[in-house]
Amino acid sequence: MEDVILELSGLSTHFFTDQGEIPAVDKVSFRVHKGEVVGVVGESGSGKSVTSLSILQLIPSPPGKIVSGSIRYKGEDLAKATEKRMKRIRGNEISMIFQEPMTSLNPVFTIGNQMREAIRIHQKISKKAATEKAIQMLKLVGIPRAEDIVNEYPHQLSGGMRQRVMIAMAMSSDPSLLIADEPTTALDVTIQAQILDLMKKINKEEHTSILLITHDLGVVADICDRVVVMYAGQVVEKGTTREILKDPQHPYTQGLIRSLPKLHGREEKLYSIPGTVARPKKDRVGCRFAPRCEFAFERCFKENPELYQLGDGRESRCFLHTEKKGERLEDATTNT
Amino acid sequence: MVTYIIRRLLMLIPVLIGMTLITFSIVHLIPGNPAQVILGETATGEAIANLEETMGLNEPYFVQYWNYLLDLLQGDLGTSLRSKAEISSEILPYIAATFELTFFAMLFAIIVGVNAGIISAWKQNSWFDFLAMLFALVGVSMPVFWLALMEQWIFAQELGWLPAYGRQDSRDPIAAITHLYVLDSLIHLDFARAFTILKHLILPSIALGTIPMAIIARMTRSSMLEVMKSDYIRTVRAKGSGQFLVIYKHALKNAMIPVVTVIGLQTGVLLGGAILTETIFSWPGVGRYVYEAINYRDYPVIQSGILVIAFIFVMINLFVDILYKKLDPRIKY
Repeated sequence: MEDVILELSGLSTHFFTDQGEIPAVDKVSFRVHKGEVVGVVGESGSGKSVTSLSILQLIPSPPGKIVSGSIRYKGEDLAKATEKRMKRIRGNEISMIFQEPMTSLNPVFTIGNQMREAIRIHQKISKKAATEKAIQMLKLVGIPRAEDIVNEYPHQLSGGMRQRVMIAMAMSSDPSLLIADEPTTALDVTIQAQILDLMKKINKEEHTSILLITHDLGVVADICDRVVVMYAGQVVEKGTTREILKDPQHPYTQGLIRSLPKLHGREEKLYSIPGTVARPKKDRVGCRFAPRCEFAFERCFKENPELYQLGDGRESRCFLHTEKKGERLEDATTNT
Repeated sequence: MVTYIIRRLLMLIPVLIGMTLITFSIVHLIPGNPAQVILGETATGEAIANLEETMGLNEPYFVQYWNYLLDLLQGDLGTSLRSKAEISSEILPYIAATFELTFFAMLFAIIVGVNAGIISAWKQNSWFDFLAMLFALVGVSMPVFWLALMEQWIFAQELGWLPAYGRQDSRDPIAAITHLYVLDSLIHLDFARAFTILKHLILPSIALGTIPMAIIARMTRSSMLEVMKSDYIRTVRAKGSGQFLVIYKHALKNAMIPVVTVIGLQTGVLLGGAILTETIFSWPGVGRYVYEAINYRDYPVIQSGILVIAFIFVMINLFVDILYKKLDPRIKY
C-alpha cells in the first residue's frame, strides 16, 4: 500500500542477561497507515513496550538488542539506521510519550526550557521564537495560562497537565507518527478521557498516525482503528477494532475481552485468565499461551503455531483454526 | 529564595551558640586551675593570681561566658599567650593560606572527580570505568602523608620539576594584601610570581585533593547511573537530543545533589586544617597554627582556632543548602 507510514516485519528484540537470552519481542510484524490509530494490546510482559521502544532504538543497550527484522518508516529501515540518523527521526518524524507523566519530565528544568529544547533540536529558530512556539503548542493541547506554565516546574502541575505537556512537546515538530506508550494508565478516569480526546483531535486535525500501546481494551475501543494483540513477545491476533472486540479469534483475546467488567448482567466473579504471562524463553516449544489456554490440546505443547490468515487482513496464532476451522472457538464466544 | 536564606541564617544562631559553648568550655575543662596549667608548675602564686585577673577567671562562669560572647561579637578572639598578639589579626594569614590551598585542592578534586565519575557512568563497565574506579579506590585508601612524601620525592627531589615546600620563593617574599598569594600577585600584575606561587600549590593541592577527588568520583558515578535510568532521561532521548546534552544537562543537574553534599563536607574537612599536608609541605595554614598552639599550651589560640574552623564549616554547609535549592526547585523548607 502507498500510504504505509510504519511497517514492522519480523522484528525481534532480545535481551542478553545473566539468565540467558530473552526474546522479549519475537518476529513481530504489523503496519501503521497514514492517519490511522493502531493499538497494541497485551498484559504486562507481553513485549508491547519493548516493541515501541525498539522503533526509536530506545531500548537500554546493553542488554537489549534488535537481532533481526526491519522497521520501515516511509521505506527507510530504522533498525539499520545510524545513531546520527535516529536523532533526526526522534522527536521530529516520530515522537513518543510515556506512561508516567509524573516522572517523564525532568524535575529540575522549567516546562519552557524542556519544550524549547525539543523545538530547537529540530528547528533552527531563536530562543524567543521557540518560547512562542512552546506557548502556542501548550494552548493547542488545552493548557490554560500557557504563558505562566512555561516558567513553572513539572512538580507544580498535575498528572493530566504533565501528560498534556508531554503531548505538546511530542507534537512540537509536527511528527508523522506519535507513539503513545500507555499514555493514560497513570491518570484518573476523567483525565484519561480528556487525554484520549486530545489524541483523537490530534489524529483528526494534524493527520498524525498514532501507535497506541495499552493494556486497556476500553481505550482501544475508544480510539483505535486497528488492533494488534501481543502475548509473550509475539503477535497473537490482528484485525480491526470492531472485529476484534465483536468476534475475537484467539483464546487469549477472548480471555481479555471476557475479563472486562460489564455494566449489564452482574456476574458473581469477574473472569480472569488463570496464571501469568510466561517469561519468553529461547527455544521454547509449543504455543506460548498453551499453559493458560482452556482449549489447549496435545499439538499446542509440541509445535509453534503460525499466524493464520483468516481473510480481510485478520490473523490469529492458534492451531484451532486448522484443526476444527474454529468451531470450538465460536462455541466459546457465544458462551460469554 | 531570600526568605529561605534569611530563615536559614536564623537557624544558624543556635548552632553558633552551641559552638561558642563548646569552645568556651575548653579552657574551663582543663583539669585544675587553668592559670596554673598555662603558667606551668613553677609559677608563683602572685603570677597565677595576676593571670586569673587578666583572663577574668575569678568571675562566675556565666559572666565569663557573657564577656566571651561580647568579645566575639566585636571580633575580639583574645590574645595569644605566646606572641602576645591579637589572635584575630594574627590568624588571618593562616586562614588565607588554608583557604588558598583548600580552593586549589577542591578545584582539582571536583574537576577530575566529577568528570571521571560522569565518564565512568557513561561508559559503564568499560576499561575507563574499571581504571577510574580502581584509581578512586586507591585514592581513598592511600594515606595522605605517604602520597605527600612520594610526591616530594618524585617531583621535587628526583625530577626537580616543582618546589617541595612553602607557599612561595622564600628569598623573594610577596608584599601581602589579601594573603591569598595568587590573588596578591595578580593584583601586583606580577605574573611571573603568580606562576611561581601556582607551582608551589600543585603538589600540596594534589596530596590534599586526592581523597576528596576519589570520593567525589565514586559518588558522581553511582548518582549518574541512578539518574540515567530515570524516565525523564528516556524522554530527553526520545526528543532527539544528543548524548552530550542528555548527560551534561539533564542527568548532571539531577545527579549533582548528593555530590554537592559530599563536596561541601569534604571542603569543610579540608578547611578544618589539613595538619598532615600542611606540616609536610611547610604550609602555614590554620591546622599548623592550632597544632603549634597545642604544643605551647596556648589555650586562647586553640580556642579561637577551633571556633574559626567550626564557623567556616557551618558557613560551607549553609552555602551547600542554598545550592540545593538552586539545583532542585522541588526543595522546600
